[in-house]
Amino acid sequence: MSATDISTSAAPAVHTGRPWQRDLIGIAVILLAAIGGYFLFPDNLALLTRIIAIMLLVLSLDLVTGYCGVATLGHAALFGAGAYAAGIAAVTFGITEPLSMIGIGAIAGAVAGLVSGVVILRGHGLAQLVLSIAVIHLFHEAANKASTYTGGSDGLSGIAPDPLFGLFEFDLWGRTAYAFGIVLLVLVFVLLRILVRSPFGMLCRGIRQDPIRVSAMGASVKASLIKMYVISGAVAGIGGALNAVSTQVVGLDSLSFTNSAEALVMLVLGGAGSLYGAFVGTIVFMWFEHVVSAANPFHWLTIVGALLITVVLFAPKGLYGTAANLAKRFARSRP
Amino acid sequence: MSAIFEVERLKKSFGGLDVTKDVSLSMARGDRLALIGPNGAGKTTFVNLVTGHLQPSSGRVLMDGEDISRFNPMRRVRAGLVRSFQVTRLFSEMTPEEHVALAILQREGKSGRMAENFHAMPQVMREMRGILETLNLGALATVPVGEIAYGQQRLLEIALAMALRPKVLLLDEPAAGVPHSDTFLIENALAQLPDDLAVLMIEHDMDLVFRFAKRVVVLAAGEIIFDGSPRDVTEDARVREAYLGSYAHAGSAA
Ligand SMILES: Nc1ncnc2c1ncn2[C@@H]1O[C@H](COP(=O)(O)OP(=O)(O)O)[C@@H](O)[C@H]1O
Ligand SMILES: [Mg+2]
Repeated sequence: MSATDISTSAAPAVHTGRPWQRDLIGIAVILLAAIGGYFLFPDNLALLTRIIAIMLLVLSLDLVTGYCGVATLGHAALFGAGAYAAGIAAVTFGITEPLSMIGIGAIAGAVAGLVSGVVILRGHGLAQLVLSIAVIHLFHEAANKASTYTGGSDGLSGIAPDPLFGLFEFDLWGRTAYAFGIVLLVLVFVLLRILVRSPFGMLCRGIRQDPIRVSAMGASVKASLIKMYVISGAVAGIGGALNAVSTQVVGLDSLSFTNSAEALVMLVLGGAGSLYGAFVGTIVFMWFEHVVSAANPFHWLTIVGALLITVVLFAPKGLYGTAANLAKRFARSRP
Repeated sequence: MSAIFEVERLKKSFGGLDVTKDVSLSMARGDRLALIGPNGAGKTTFVNLVTGHLQPSSGRVLMDGEDISRFNPMRRVRAGLVRSFQVTRLFSEMTPEEHVALAILQREGKSGRMAENFHAMPQVMREMRGILETLNLGALATVPVGEIAYGQQRLLEIALAMALRPKVLLLDEPAAGVPHSDTFLIENALAQLPDDLAVLMIEHDMDLVFRFAKRVVVLAAGEIIFDGSPRDVTEDARVREAYLGSYAHAGSAA
């Protein structure tokens, strides 16, 4: 038995003879979507860049929830740590070189991942979920209290990143930030695909499906989960730092329970345990949010509710997981 | 010959029910031991106790003279004590290939590697294929375990144990759930185990027991009531009595 119920909704790995082919297609689709987004929505690049940052958060959540089966409603702690670290580095310590800010965000996210992993993994099932909620509230409160550095509830502003590579200014239209985000996303995605296919990635998938079997193989469940939490933290931290670089402000909402819960909703919507579902879920959720909440904020919540109920009841593997399953069945039914 | 595996005065009770009463047992390298006994005798509990999946009330477990009583299950495996499960425990979304490769990688201390892929490790691939062929699982190597028959999942349990190359192997009813026509695969696999490995097998199929075991231990109501040769076990009065207590016909089934 797996440790959590969320994990049962994970998409099954699709078994193809040439897995790299699928990833090359995946990367091609991301790049095409990125280019399409750039030309179709030139006035919405800021939103698209925010979607990329949140995608990194949802990818990071997929590592611990989809692959390892850890239930958490506190994952924004890792994202927020990256955002604040990058912001504070720029405002307080004058480190405004964008790549350094991203690096600092990744490290801070990894540290936050270590801390929250150590706390959350002490519990199982419901206790784990409650601990994760406690973690996000503690992070939120810490950022609120440390207002000298974080700006407290006013948010941290005045982040002014240098031009990228000394060449590309972060312009008003957000073109540089968008391109920067896409490159970061593709890099992270490639590394994560390698990771989830590695022996360590297999071990983590094993932990989600049967931790007792894993320990009966002589592997350490706890140490592997903590390692994955640290990696996950680095990924979320990059997302947070990207958000700080592109919006040039960091608010307490980045460290909020709402942000954590929405990330989980996006993951469930898209489908956990494949990385691809994280993309699909984030785009669908945030795009709908953008379109519908602009028209009517009340309807937005109704639609989220209806969407979630539909997906959980009728497509428990998420949008991507269900589509992948259908494609697999279709491929099998053909001779 | 010195013992590779020793259990000293192991006791366990579940809420007043003494399931393991002062059990002592030792095995030497190369032992082929069958642990038999009526249902509910405490055989699985014995395995859970010595492998650290349950905490005993008292008693010690030693591997090669080293006290491993305080080790968690993971460290006991690393000390060379490996078990299989009576009710299959596998990763339902992963393939036999991935299971066996993971076990091999774990044994070699490579399961934490993050930038490699076992498909590109020729030695792992070769050993994995060999083990799967032995158990006739080659054709199912890339099918998720949740989609293969239970009998074949049982064979994969044994494949995992083989891949870990233990010093002491505890098999909890490896043939339970395997179609009779396939038990020869299990026997083939057992025959290929290294000669110096100590194997304890819990088994109800007495034909299998007699072909496999050089030594039989009978557990009844949490106590060892017989420890001797397969030839003598059916003649033993206490053993007959223990089986008659739960079955109408002694000797024919266990
Ligand atoms: N976790 C447990 N809690 C309570 N009783 C248990 C537990 N595990 C086993 N038992 C009891 O211990 C006895 C021995 O069980 P078991 O070791 O599974 O027997 P066997 O494997 O010989 O058939 C049975 O009466 C069973 O009901
Ligand atoms: Mg049993």
